[in-house]
Amino acid sequence: MARITAGVTTSHVPAIGAALDNGKSAEPYWAPVFAGYNFSKQWIAEQQPDVIFLVYNDHATAFSLDMVPTFAIGCAGEFAPADEGWGPRPVPVVKGHPELASHIAQSVIQDDFDLTIVNKMDVDHGLTVPLSLMFGQPEAWPCLVIPFAVNVVLYPPPSGRRCYELGKALRRAVESFDADLNVQVWGTGGMSHQLQGPRAGLINKAFDNDFLDRIVNSPEELSHMPHIDYVREAGSEGIELVMWLIMRGALNDRVIERHRFYHVPASNTAVGHLVLENG
Amino acid sequence: MGLHKPYEDVPGTTIFDADMARIGYHLNQFCMSLMKPGNRARFKADERAYLDEWSMTEEQKQAVLDRDYNRMMALGGNVYFLAKIFSSDGISFQAAASTMTGMTVEEYAQMMIDGGRSPEGNRFVGETSNNG
Repeated sequence: MARITAGVTTSHVPAIGAALDNGKSAEPYWAPVFAGYNFSKQWIAEQQPDVIFLVYNDHATAFSLDMVPTFAIGCAGEFAPADEGWGPRPVPVVKGHPELASHIAQSVIQDDFDLTIVNKMDVDHGLTVPLSLMFGQPEAWPCLVIPFAVNVVLYPPPSGRRCYELGKALRRAVESFDADLNVQVWGTGGMSHQLQGPRAGLINKAFDNDFLDRIVNSPEELSHMPHIDYVREAGSEGIELVMWLIMRGALNDRVIERHRFYHVPASNTAVGHLVLENG
Repeated sequence: MGLHKPYEDVPGTTIFDADMARIGYHLNQFCMSLMKPGNRARFKADERAYLDEWSMTEEQKQAVLDRDYNRMMALGGNVYFLAKIFSSDGISFQAAASTMTGMTVEEYAQMMIDGGRSPEGNRFVGETSNNG
């Protein structure tokens, strides 16, 4: 049977990808960011996941305002890095797992979560920056990836509660897939940041660190946090953090925190990162 | 009775909700078109003529020509779409964000290095902000 063994959360700031792609990762501004992932790179090399279910959001790249799905699952065999306006990132093509993705869609939709099935999609920095942070710059990504795009651009996004419950449905789906697969779930985006208006640049370290504590130890309670608390406390784009709750819902109630990292700033954003194992 | 929008009293913030997405549809789709190099070239060659190909309001077009990002957002623009404009201009996200705050690029970058804008005084309209 397939099983979910671990969860990872990380911010997906585009400037991090640009720093790596342009050889700036050792510069004083960026070195502390990348150093926060040294443990994680070694950890994932040991874990050797077969598939990563990667929860992220598209940033007006694959989805224009013509169509805005709330939850979209990538069922294709591969996904090309998107040209976001300055050429595609020089990273490997992302290889999917169409059989598992289709199985998850079949299971989760019957569990009352109405996913949009996507068979052709380019993936932007929201998906590729987390892969770069965890795997560095390999010739090919060392495992398969199922992209799972959540709308957090057009308000309202799904509630934290809905995301947490979706994580639980995802777990049931994965555990009913008849193949011996080591699956990880990643929740990306956040932490506090606001990219727009006179309040741009908002960072809330107290909120972020409390969120890191609670998503590890009391996710059930955290999942009830209303949207307005994310917006007011963590900035208009901090609401991306609801995506972390999909990851958390897919893990055991009690988890082992293997690694935690928090850093300000990366461009406009607070970087937060967790490595969690099912105990 | 309308829908409750509790985010309307968050200062300096325009939430891109379904109503704003309706108002800004053509503005944001114009932005999406700039992801194609041929469209970028045509826009740069004659911005006004390119904008006139879109069903945007005159106010929206003028805000684009003025690169007034706060105005564009008030007229339904979303920052991830508007990013296509400042990317076409060769301006970073951080530099573009600084123009929305009334700070210089250097002042804004320093604020971020110093830990960002504090939430203290920045949660509700009418509060006294500690910075900015």
